Amino acid sequence: MSTVEELQKKVRELEAKLAAVQGNVAPVRQKIDVMSAEVVDSNPYSRLMALKRMGIVDNYEKIRELSVAVVGVGGVGSVTAEMLTRCGIGKLILFDYDKVELANMNRLFFQPHQAGLSKVDAAAATLQAINPDVTIDAHNYNITTVDNFQKFCDTISTGSLTGGPVNLVLSCVDNFEARMAINTACNELSQNWFESGVSENAVSGHIQFIAPGETACFACAPPLVVASNIDEKTLKRDGVCAASLPTTMGIVAGFLVQNALKYLLGFGTVTYYLGYSALTDFFPTMCLKPNPQCSDSQCVVRQKEARARPPPVELAAEVCEDARPLHADNSWGICLIDENAPEEEDSSNLRLAEGVQVAYSVALDSSTESSTGGAVAASELSLEDLMAQMKAM
Amino acid sequence: MVDESTKKTLSSIPLLQTKAGPRDKELWVNRLKEEYQALIKYVQNNKAADNDWFRLESDKTGTRWFGKCWYVHNLLKYEFDLEFDIPVTYPTTAPEIALPGLDGKTAKMYRGGKICLTDHFKPLWARNVPKFGIAHAMALGLGPWLAVEIPDLIEKGVITYQEKTEEAK
Ligand SMILES: [Zn+2]
Repeated sequence: MSTVEELQKKVRELEAKLAAVQGNVAPVRQKIDVMSAEVVDSNPYSRLMALKRMGIVDNYEKIRELSVAVVGVGGVGSVTAEMLTRCGIGKLILFDYDKVELANMNRLFFQPHQAGLSKVDAAAATLQAINPDVTIDAHNYNITTVDNFQKFCDTISTGSLTGGPVNLVLSCVDNFEARMAINTACNELSQNWFESGVSENAVSGHIQFIAPGETACFACAPPLVVASNIDEKTLKRDGVCAASLPTTMGIVAGFLVQNALKYLLGFGTVTYYLGYSALTDFFPTMCLKPNPQCSDSQCVVRQKEARARPPPVELAAEVCEDARPLHADNSWGICLIDENAPEEEDSSNLRLAEGVQVAYSVALDSSTESSTGGAVAASELSLEDLMAQMKAM
Repeated sequence: MVDESTKKTLSSIPLLQTKAGPRDKELWVNRLKEEYQALIKYVQNNKAADNDWFRLESDKTGTRWFGKCWYVHNLLKYEFDLEFDIPVTYPTTAPEIALPGLDGKTAKMYRGGKICLTDHFKPLWARNVPKFGIAHAMALGLGPWLAVEIPDLIEKGVITYQEKTEEAK
């Protein structure tokens, strides 16, 4: 029979063993102060700095000063965060409120032993081990609630390495509500961001660059979907909400980070909208003008500011120039930021590339015009009275 | 499209007028009053039609809602806790209604027990901003969900009458 002391000692030993197995050990490499281009097998940045030597990127080490927020650390966001970490981004700010589950194991990044941990904490631990030079800030909350939304806005606007706004926000969330919350925040803060998404049937996806006031925001039009060429009648949703594939998610994350790097480091051309249809390997691109009647009032304010800025943003003009020769024969790739474009019957001026459509139209619904319930009448009762009345039912 | 009985139920719920979300201070109080008026009317309609199926209340700020809903199957009443937060983007985006007690028991749910809505819900909601409120979300979202999922879950033995009474204790 063991004494209490012996058992306590045994517990301590096992805890230490467990911690070691779970990877709570010192980073395998020390931090590196300055990115070196030296090609030695111990330099994790040699292949990235080679981009400079080859003339692709002028100033690769600038990435160490940049901060990116990744909202949603699921199938797309976790891979996005890993890519940026391996690229040596200065600071990563992660937002999610979900836990790792075994049901996530069809996707990349997370491992079975992390099941039960919060996604942001599990991700932060893995990412920090991959690259100790990256500053990682993890936030475990739902950004769509009132209190958290304010915290989210504050973090976006003061979260950079120098205490200013982050350089870019990447939306990797999986639902409409969270996308709208990010859109609201970025319109209010004039914060450039990328939206990304994978369809619930797992065979299409997209990324979209949103510069408030200059390009269409997420609320300027109903959600866009890439045509999957699946007959709606054969698409069965019985018994499940959503499917997912590591391939589609990895591809979308790759597109997202590729364009984020181009935007952050100023090389190549940033894509405004890039769609992906997995079944047909079809990649529509376009850029979308903001909707003057956007339902988000801050978007309209940003549009006014953009119009007042001389001369028009060089970003938009560049894409127009580049898109034409590249896709001369194609009906997509046409720049839609064109002040001289003829007015469409749709007030939003929304003209989409072939293969991209709105998920639904917002034309007035007739079913409620025949409403027999009428509209709520102004009530003399106070809110407290109404609450009490409801409670007493 | 939405089935006839849901349409009829929807059309008898008063429409809201104030487009305001929880960050809109005084306007939000007006919106909340409209929400409660519509909900009270909807529960009265349900009682009159002998189809009383939920109760809801909110915290003082009107951003956190909780209550119970129930479903009668083979004369047995199955009761579930329900909850949701009003998102900052409300009423442009609908509340995500959750039945946390059923989390993990059906594939027709997202994390946290949020119910998986039909393809009809979002377009219909989007076309009716700001006229639709919480009562409409209940009638168009949770009502049809319960009618489809609960009998199925009972049949599969995932939920049982005994289990429900134990949870209620
Ligand atoms: Zn807009």
